[in-house]
Amino acid sequence: MSKIHIRGGRTLLFLLFLLLLWELLIRLTKTPKWLIPAPSDVIKETAFSFGDFNGHLLSTIQLSIIGLVLGCGIGLFVSIILYRLPKINEILYPLLIVSQNIPTIVLAPLLIIWFGFGLLPKLLIISLVCFFPIVVASMDSFRQTAPELKHYMRMIGATNRQIFWKLELPHALPSIFSGLKISATYSVMGAVISEWLGAKKGIGVYMTLAQSSFRIDRVFVAITFIMLLSICLFGLIRLVEKLVVKGRNEAMK
Amino acid sequence: MSLTITELDKAFGQLSILEKLELQVNTQEFVAILGPSGCGKSTLFQLIGGLLMPDQGSIQLDGATINGKKGLISYMPQHPSLFPWRTVLENVVLASEIKGKPDYNDARRLLEKAGLTPFETSYPNELSGGMKQRVAFIRALLSNQSLLCLDEPFSALDEFTRIQMQKWLLSIWEEECKSILLVTHSIEEAIFLADRIYILSKRPAHVKAEIKIPFSRPRDESLLESTEFFQLKQQIFQFLKEDIME
Repeated sequence: MSKIHIRGGRTLLFLLFLLLLWELLIRLTKTPKWLIPAPSDVIKETAFSFGDFNGHLLSTIQLSIIGLVLGCGIGLFVSIILYRLPKINEILYPLLIVSQNIPTIVLAPLLIIWFGFGLLPKLLIISLVCFFPIVVASMDSFRQTAPELKHYMRMIGATNRQIFWKLELPHALPSIFSGLKISATYSVMGAVISEWLGAKKGIGVYMTLAQSSFRIDRVFVAITFIMLLSICLFGLIRLVEKLVVKGRNEAMK
Repeated sequence: MSLTITELDKAFGQLSILEKLELQVNTQEFVAILGPSGCGKSTLFQLIGGLLMPDQGSIQLDGATINGKKGLISYMPQHPSLFPWRTVLENVVLASEIKGKPDYNDARRLLEKAGLTPFETSYPNELSGGMKQRVAFIRALLSNQSLLCLDEPFSALDEFTRIQMQKWLLSIWEEECKSILLVTHSIEEAIFLADRIYILSKRPAHVKAEIKIPFSRPRDESLLESTEFFQLKQQIFQFLKEDIME
């Protein structure tokens, strides 16, 4: 445990060093604020406009969490269905992979044309980006269940359903959580992109406004919070993982 | 409870694995199967477990044919095969959970007998190899079938742990009154544990010899040093050697 703390501390120190270097370089070269703002400008701007930014932030948090839950829920459901029904899987799995090659940037405006500027197209976009990592992670690890455990279950007369719920699903949990972590970072990105293309509120909206008025410092505020939000979601999933996944790396700490 | 196997044939395509195999496990008897590796012992277990259908012949449990019927035997695999996300207590009730409602009191009683009570809430990755095998054995006992099939249960353990485990197994077996069918590669293990030994030929496997073990019970490790033990070991080795030499 303490090892992790030390490592985390070192990362933080290094980050601080980079920020300081950045600040120093900007001041020394006298780079104008509208080109690249110094960290101090970004902090100043955050403090100044937080009241205004707050609403945007909350809206994005809400959107990305709902999208994440929805996308992962559907992803898990689909992967269970596909795994339990191999015939359907044969037909659908290649299509699923192909569907991931449609760029979100192209798809998003279409969804907005079809479904308007409401919540639905945004949730669709986020779900679409979150969905895939979960499906791949869980399908693969359902398949890779330890053969000796499966053989044991068969020998004691377990049905396929029992094998799935008692063995394959719990066995896949660590990998499902890996998928979840990837999806969590994607969900924030998905939320920002969807807001970008049309919304009243959200970090994406704030960012486009800032960009079009050359308020690069505000763009940096937005970037900072997007990163913070991703890290928080990631951390939250780590926490749940620690509570749910038992008996697997604990002896190695 | 008794297991009777008559004229059992099994082939995979052209490859004949078992040929007219006959064996019998009587009530509360400890029977060992010895044979060269690759002689089809795992296939035999899969047939008894109902995972495979025999091509010919029958497998009978208490007179009823159980060809292809699953879930009628207790099974202890070669590797402990414990579920890493289940605690020791949750692991030992697994086999009975598959059949219905597990009996936690019985599970605790057996864990106590095995000296595993302090580890009830531990996860398998916190246990030693011998402890894991004990947990796997208790799990098999708890599935409450009268025939226990052990598939080379101690082959992965070191010598010291193995002898300890064999003694432990005997002590539990003497109290729990089950019929046991043990597959092993070790001649010593077979003699030390069993009432009767079947020696299988190499593939296609049939019973080459049946040997009754004359030693009385309870047995302890002093038996391993007796002359009779050595002679018996020699005799069995002769049977096995023919197959190795060919």
